[in-house]
Amino acid sequence: MNRHLISAADLSRDDALLILDTAEELAQMADRPIRKLPTLRGRTVVNLFYEDSTRTRISFEAAAKRLSADVINFSAKGSSVAKGESLKDTALTLEAMGADAVVIRHSASGAPHRLAGWVRGSVVNAGDGAHEHPTQALLDAFTMRRRLGRLEGLRVAIVGDVLHSRVARSNVRLLRTLGAEVMLVAPPTLLPVAVGGWPCEVSYDLDAALPKADVVMMLRVQQERMNAAYFPTVREYSRRYGLDSRRMALLPEHAIVMHPGPMNRGVEIAADVADSVRSTIVEQVSNGVSVRMAVLYLLLGGSEAQR
Amino acid sequence: MTDWSGPWPAEQDQPPWLIRGARLLGGAAADLLLAGGLIAEAGSAAAGPAAAGSLPAGAQVLDATGLIALPGLVDLHTHLREPGREDAETVETGTAAAALGGFTAVHAMANTDPVADTAGVVEQIWRLGRRAGRCDVRPVGAVTTGLAGSRLAELGAMADSAARVRVFSDDGRCVSDAVLMRRALEYVKAFDGVIAQHAQEPRLTDGAQVNEGEMSGRLGLAGWPAVAEEAIIARDCLLAAHVGSALHVCHVSTAGSVEIIRWAKSKGWRVTAEVTPHHLLLTDDLVADYDPVYKVNPPLRTAADVAALRAGLADGTIDCVATDHAPHPVEAKETEWQVAAFGMTGLETALRAVQEAMVETGLLDWAGVADRMSVRPAVIGRLDGVGAELHGCPLVTGSPANLVLYDPAARDVVDPAAHASRSRNSPFAGMTLPGRVVATFLRGTPTVLNGKLAR
Repeated sequence: MNRHLISAADLSRDDALLILDTAEELAQMADRPIRKLPTLRGRTVVNLFYEDSTRTRISFEAAAKRLSADVINFSAKGSSVAKGESLKDTALTLEAMGADAVVIRHSASGAPHRLAGWVRGSVVNAGDGAHEHPTQALLDAFTMRRRLGRLEGLRVAIVGDVLHSRVARSNVRLLRTLGAEVMLVAPPTLLPVAVGGWPCEVSYDLDAALPKADVVMMLRVQQERMNAAYFPTVREYSRRYGLDSRRMALLPEHAIVMHPGPMNRGVEIAADVADSVRSTIVEQVSNGVSVRMAVLYLLLGGSEAQR
Repeated sequence: MTDWSGPWPAEQDQPPWLIRGARLLGGAAADLLLAGGLIAEAGSAAAGPAAAGSLPAGAQVLDATGLIALPGLVDLHTHLREPGREDAETVETGTAAAALGGFTAVHAMANTDPVADTAGVVEQIWRLGRRAGRCDVRPVGAVTTGLAGSRLAELGAMADSAARVRVFSDDGRCVSDAVLMRRALEYVKAFDGVIAQHAQEPRLTDGAQVNEGEMSGRLGLAGWPAVAEEAIIARDCLLAAHVGSALHVCHVSTAGSVEIIRWAKSKGWRVTAEVTPHHLLLTDDLVADYDPVYKVNPPLRTAADVAALRAGLADGTIDCVATDHAPHPVEAKETEWQVAAFGMTGLETALRAVQEAMVETGLLDWAGVADRMSVRPAVIGRLDGVGAELHGCPLVTGSPANLVLYDPAARDVVDPAAHASRSRNSPFAGMTLPGRVVATFLRGTPTVLNGKLAR
């Protein structure tokens, strides 16, 4: 495996399967009375969060702590970043503190690439702008495999704001690596102009896509898109691209409904769909901890073993 | 006020120089005798001034065997950053970089702080250039006050000032208001001015970071679509035709823009255009690692665009190469892509990059390079008429002695740390490029000798 996890494209098929298999083993631990392993004792993991993301930060924090790592949470609010410290200076500070891994969430696409050039430790991308969110894709794949038993040949529809979605980019790359077939479904305004070159199918018609899907993954509609003429009104978006119970009924019997959260209930997903038995939304959260444990374990524990 | 219309006194007193055996425009070897700020004699090596035994007393001799002599290069698009951002560049360091790149005249863009939108500011910049003495600094005046795009700056006052401004541009920003653009084009007809447009439809490029296409989609960076450039160019060509004025298009970057300009020229309209060395040589593949040294506006485009730009420059659709030399301090680039500054340095690598893109590929010969980097930009900048600041002249007896001696056989890795520019943001860092500027003469006075600053 690479030293860093910045893009889902960094992962070979074997790397990705190793992470998923390791996560599976670590998930068993969640059922034990003591949910802690000594693997990363004495190692320091910094959560460097430039964007509010309680769920991702807590997930990484829990993952690191269950592996006995020391965790430092560094959020842009209330830190020197608010006073205008550059990413590079922050990186040098973390380096001086001896961070073995830096988990970074940043609104700027490519920020983890830059960080990786300035620190010696491993960089884990916890979401950068509209670029990637590889651990989300890993936990999504993990969830699909648990529910449906396989990834090879699985047909996955990803629906919504692909243009601005790091979750979509990471999923397209990872699912392709793992042998699944992806179809992106969105209004044309929310697809990149060169999406034709991506390794997936593209459709503007959600109703037509659903009967063939084993998985439908709904993307969040960001508030700022709602007023930027990407679509006429939220109601129209919801009618054409929202998943309600009528549309859910178009899915095959075994199909599951996913959402990376946080949801806009009533916009991209109806409340009864989100709460239905097909929904994996809550499982995705708990699976996230196992997958992130596996990532930290393999990036840090692995390198320790090699020394 | 001093009358600068005649030859410059300092240059009158310079000792003569005899340049031996330079290949004029890459052709036959000849000797050049520079005296009194002029090319006093130009002849074939056999019958040249040296053979004639007419070498004046005190003349210095430069053996230029194997070197190409070109008229001093003229840059229509330079950011000297002074006043306001002296941490990035000053007139002193920027003109040093220009001389080392073979330039004898640069047009200093107006987006300084304060903006060059009044006679006072353009005269200040012009005087700083004269004081530095390394190349002629021709201030570009802002089209609109403060570059704000709402009302015309006092274009006439800048034209009538000591700086004799003829090129006006809001570069960095587009004059997007069609009425304002029309008025600007019309107004400058009174003093033979030209509006140099930074063609970028602002609404189509809100927050834009990289060329919109495969890379923007892959990297999750906001796209800068070709149509945002092409739509403005098309509109401006039509406006220029309608009012019978002169439009110059800055840093053309797309294949579609070349087609539109070719069409406008076919109509006989007064449209000229420039392309940067980086758009002739680099593509948007380079942004894959988010290194902001490749962040520039307009953005690096695709290989198909590069091919069309080269073809357009070769066939004359694009009139000239202009550097868009845009120095930035280290901290403006050592950051996340999206907050990094747009721009690349270019003065010290321009001729080498053009050799790589155009000469090595057989698209232009050296006479063509002289045309695109000296003759035509001098015409567009109105430096081909009268007065002391005369550029783009042929290398013949009686021309001002503005020239560059260039070794096309040299080859070296570009090292920005060695540049005279105060900034280091060269996109060619680490690339091997052909060529070396050996000497530059401004009105007979060497500004560069043996590849180093001479003054």
